[in-house]
Amino acid sequence: MGLRTFDREDIEPLAVGAWILGTGGGGSPYFSYLNLRRLYEQGASVQVLDPADLADDDLVAVVSNQGAPLVGQERLSDPDFAAKPVRMMEDYLGRKFRAVMSVEIGGGNAFQPFLVAAVTGLPVVDADAMGRAFPEAQMTSFAIHDLSMFPLTLADIRDNEVIVTRAASWKWMERISRKVCTEVGSIAATCKAPRRGREVKDCAILHSVTKAVSIGKVVLAARSRHEDPVAAVLEAEGGRLIFKGKIVDLERRATGGFLRGEARVEGLDDHRGRSLRLAFQNEFAVGWVDGEPRIMTPDLICVLDSVSGEAVGTETLRYGQRVTVIVLPAPPVLLTPKGLEHVGPRAFGYDLDFRSVFEGAAQ
Amino acid sequence: MRRIGIDVGGTNTDAVLVTESGVVQAVKTPTTEDVTGGVLKALQDLVAAAGEGLGRIDAVMLGTTHFTNAVVQRRGLVKTAALRIGLPASAALPPFVDWPRDLAARVDGGVYMIEGGHEYDGRPLVPFDRGAMRDVAKRIADSEVRAVGLAAIFSPLNAACESEAAEILREEAPDVVVTQSHDLGRIGLLERENATLLNACLSDLAGRTTRAFKEAMHDSGIEAPLYLTQNDGTVMRAEFAEAFPVYSFASGPTNSMRGAAYLTGLDEAMVADVGGTTTDVGHLRRGFPREANSAVEIGGVRTLFRMPDLLSIGLGGGTLVEPEPLAIGPQSTGYRLQEDALVFGGGRLTMTDIAVAAGLAQIGDPAPVARLDRALVAAAVARSAEMVAEAVDRMKVDAMPLPLIAVGGGAFLVPERIDGISKVVRVEHQAVANAVGAAIAQVSGEVDQIFSETSREAALDAARRLAEDRALRAGADAASLSTVEVEDLPIAYLPGHSLRVRVRVVGDIA
Repeated sequence: MGLRTFDREDIEPLAVGAWILGTGGGGSPYFSYLNLRRLYEQGASVQVLDPADLADDDLVAVVSNQGAPLVGQERLSDPDFAAKPVRMMEDYLGRKFRAVMSVEIGGGNAFQPFLVAAVTGLPVVDADAMGRAFPEAQMTSFAIHDLSMFPLTLADIRDNEVIVTRAASWKWMERISRKVCTEVGSIAATCKAPRRGREVKDCAILHSVTKAVSIGKVVLAARSRHEDPVAAVLEAEGGRLIFKGKIVDLERRATGGFLRGEARVEGLDDHRGRSLRLAFQNEFAVGWVDGEPRIMTPDLICVLDSVSGEAVGTETLRYGQRVTVIVLPAPPVLLTPKGLEHVGPRAFGYDLDFRSVFEGAAQ
Repeated sequence: MRRIGIDVGGTNTDAVLVTESGVVQAVKTPTTEDVTGGVLKALQDLVAAAGEGLGRIDAVMLGTTHFTNAVVQRRGLVKTAALRIGLPASAALPPFVDWPRDLAARVDGGVYMIEGGHEYDGRPLVPFDRGAMRDVAKRIADSEVRAVGLAAIFSPLNAACESEAAEILREEAPDVVVTQSHDLGRIGLLERENATLLNACLSDLAGRTTRAFKEAMHDSGIEAPLYLTQNDGTVMRAEFAEAFPVYSFASGPTNSMRGAAYLTGLDEAMVADVGGTTTDVGHLRRGFPREANSAVEIGGVRTLFRMPDLLSIGLGGGTLVEPEPLAIGPQSTGYRLQEDALVFGGGRLTMTDIAVAAGLAQIGDPAPVARLDRALVAAAVARSAEMVAEAVDRMKVDAMPLPLIAVGGGAFLVPERIDGISKVVRVEHQAVANAVGAAIAQVSGEVDQIFSETSREAALDAARRLAEDRALRAGADAASLSTVEVEDLPIAYLPGHSLRVRVRVVGDIA
């Protein structure tokens, strides 16, 4: 274990896998992927640290690129900018970080610690705080474990720097940091509340970087062998194929900062004659097969292109698309009663008791 | 309406004369390596065939893969300077960052990045650095480079920086050709910038090509405005196409599907377009092809253009057949079909030869294929029929049976019966559907913009008016305007109910 070098050949699989773990949200990793590829071409190299090798007292930076994915398509991700709030936090604390990790492995934020690492030389911890993507700060394993939510540093591409020294709750921290982020153009680099090594080992979702890379490798390998990449992911990750079909109706609206909406998928092949209603709030949240709630958060609801196995985001769903909906197991901490309070169907406004598709399954 | 439609394909150049009563005349001639030679020949053949019936032509509409091929084959491209306005943002991913190395090496004429650009809500990102802009303009004026691609952050929402930069370039380097990214629309800096740079590097070829097309018209005695087809199934005036050759990318498949809809009167159908090298299968909805979802790559460069959702398989009239063991394609004779195929006295076995031997088509001289092994002919016909059926099945997203329109020079390769297909429709002139689709094309206007602090209805209304305005400027008749596409996408994490609206309007040529 210990430190290992993150291979150049793992960059693309990380992008493919992280986008799938984004469960429809988290923003496309494309630009961050380009950045990391370019940094490697210029000679950078990133070390990955197994969380078990953190000392209890080590200080870990938890980073994210916060904001609207659409703004990220014009104001492109930037490694120096990603590292700025980490340096701010070190200055504020008067202590150096031992390593850096992502708050969210799903989507573009999987790459944020890698960009910071390539610039600062810090290693990336093989862990995150969601095991997927979620829209808000209180939807993390750290919040579920009631860890402290402050301080937080936030940097803008201009010379604006903000430190939130205290917040009354995770939700308050989300509100305040979101407000600042909006003011600077709905995109900002942040460094969340620093974590001790002990906290990471006890409260983070462990080995999620490895998981994302391995999912990406499975997809790419299947694609290059002209085999079914969706089947390959299901087999490698112990997932469930829920529905295969085409999108016949689509409706979206933005309320309360979320991209909410529904897609209706009509069955093809084995699912011919059946129908899936899929509701999303940035990420896919709940799915009803023939009117019955069948799949729900925090289980990972992933919509993949039926042919390429590439993830389809809630912003990129389109009429006529041929998709396969699969479910991957959620990290156990999200399935605890406390976890479900934070990220279960009721946290998203659905009056449903959580029921996993893996419940009662043979182990 | 009296229009000539021309399609320059990889194998054949087709020309048709279309009036209100339908296709009056159609000719087919091999595509030449210089492209314009084939266009001239097709026009001359058409004029000769129509004779007195030609009449006065309203417009000539031409569809060509010439500019796409130039990028794919890295031919005729000029060195282009990339000028991006948006520092301090986006600096880590400079222009050309995701281009294939060989293409970047050929096109990259210097990268310049200066401060400026806007926010999603139209506020300036930082003040536009006019001093730096003037310095850059002077450096470009002193360089060898004569084409510039200009892109500013969020320019589709506020084009002020690009317009001002272009003005400064005109003052300092008046002989430089400038493409501004906001003219190519769509949010997504890197993809929009890529399209802008491709457009700029094609500027020289675009000018030469449209001039050559006009000369070909003149030499054939046709005096009418020239239009080029674009990827959404509509056309643009030649002068506009000269400035924006990228809009012609991948217009061929769209033309063919639009032509299929016109020739059959069917608005909801599957289409199989069998050319010389490939078969493209698509889906017609409301008379237009269903669009693909993914970012489109041209010659390995990501762009923001939308293309029809097409499945392309390596099967066409020129596809080579290996007898032992039986293998069909994907290699093809391409534009050399009329020299290489057995029925034309050549020495290579193609799918056209198989079809002639099987009695599916009457092309060339049947004598050389009469001695082909009957079992081989039957097996090749069966295999190609399976290939078409499988492609149609993968592309069909409706459960109910749909008709399949078989078009293109190799349409004889489409079998009569396919599962899930109500009937296979073949029509007169199907072999020149591309040219027909070009001839009947309308003009369009499109908008892709973010609206904030306004109701959904007001935003859709404003976007529709903008799109209509653009269609009118493109030459549409105001009375004929209709909205063919409306998409509104609420944006997560932006305040004030921000809505991204995309509207496309089409109308007849005035």
